[in-house]
Amino acid sequence: MRPAPNVSSAPDTVDRMSADASIRERVADLPHPTIEAVAVDLAKQLSECKVAIVTTAGLRPNGDVELWSPDPRFTVLPGDAHDVQLSHFSPNFDRTGIIEDLNVVYPIDRLAELADAGVIGSVNERHISFMGAQMDATFSAIINDTAPAAAKILVDDGVDVVLLTPV
Amino acid sequence: MSVLAHVFEQAGLATVGIASIRQQAVDVAPPRMLYCEFPLGRPLGKPSDIEFQRDVITRAFALLDRTDVPILEDHPDVITDFGEPPDSCPIPPRHDPDLHPAIDEAQGIRGAYDRNLERYGRTSMGRIAGPDGVADLLQVLLDIEAGTPPTDLGYDDAKLVALGQDVRAYYEEAGMQLAGPSGSRELENWFFQVTEAGRLVRHVRDLLKEAGNHKLAGGYVAPASQR
Repeated sequence: MRPAPNVSSAPDTVDRMSADASIRERVADLPHPTIEAVAVDLAKQLSECKVAIVTTAGLRPNGDVELWSPDPRFTVLPGDAHDVQLSHFSPNFDRTGIIEDLNVVYPIDRLAELADAGVIGSVNERHISFMGAQMDATFSAIINDTAPAAAKILVDDGVDVVLLTPV
Repeated sequence: MSVLAHVFEQAGLATVGIASIRQQAVDVAPPRMLYCEFPLGRPLGKPSDIEFQRDVITRAFALLDRTDVPILEDHPDVITDFGEPPDSCPIPPRHDPDLHPAIDEAQGIRGAYDRNLERYGRTSMGRIAGPDGVADLLQVLLDIEAGTPPTDLGYDDAKLVALGQDVRAYYEEAGMQLAGPSGSRELENWFFQVTEAGRLVRHVRDLLKEAGNHKLAGGYVAPASQR
């Protein structure tokens, strides 16, 4: 049990449930599309595969953050870019972890280390970022337009495996 | 994110994902997901813990060897967010009594914000203002609190959300220097529960709710958990 905080004024009450547990409960039953399941049978060993990250953290190049705009578009991030910025519109998650360490959301250094160690074949030279927490109004555009376009970029790059990370 | 997995698999890409909302992964059923009950905003669990992050990724990649898809595996560890501000996160004393306490407070932590930016080279500020514009952002909130409609100040819903995010980012990132690296949501709780600026954001959120803007007030200007 953590000791009581030493603060100069009494904090207001917060939800008794963990904030994350409360959010998880709130969004658990949101509408979702039904998509025919297809699973690629990976013909190569992981040590021969090129890997890319696709995150739904709404990362953008530094200085290119947007206003609140849930939308289906994606951003291509250079593989060596660490100067990215969180532009996700939702305030309902911790935002300090990513400031301390980008890899806690977007593990580009961890993938590079795994490539150096021979666990994976290589890391793609670019990655993809979508804005997560989309509502059903944008699902059709993601499924029919933007996600296939993002996939084509990665297929054209010769990517074999995609690591998906949320925020 | 689970939706993306399906589309990428249809394009010929093998996917493996880290899921942070278990029920969504159950409902959408992408081929391979590792559910990590870690703080939202920290899907790999622990900032600056290379071994832990590597373990998460390794567990995820191990799912690629399985053929019994769809797979939803649970990571054995659970990490929860903190419901309190950090034990110590000192705010400098009032400096200029002629300023509103929130603006004076914000100016007092500017050095900490700058040190944090220098330390980590990263900020989440900048949607509509950088650190030089924090006082102006707080003045907008004070004007709304005093009764001026946001639209009269040039603030629609999207810009109000951005304002809240910029002010919060400024404080939380300054707090990282005042309190040190903190557990998930500790500095969020410090900002919204302890600081003058956080109280101001919450009050404006409440005023928006009273004015009938339930969408913004429900969890966009401030986190839904900050009542």
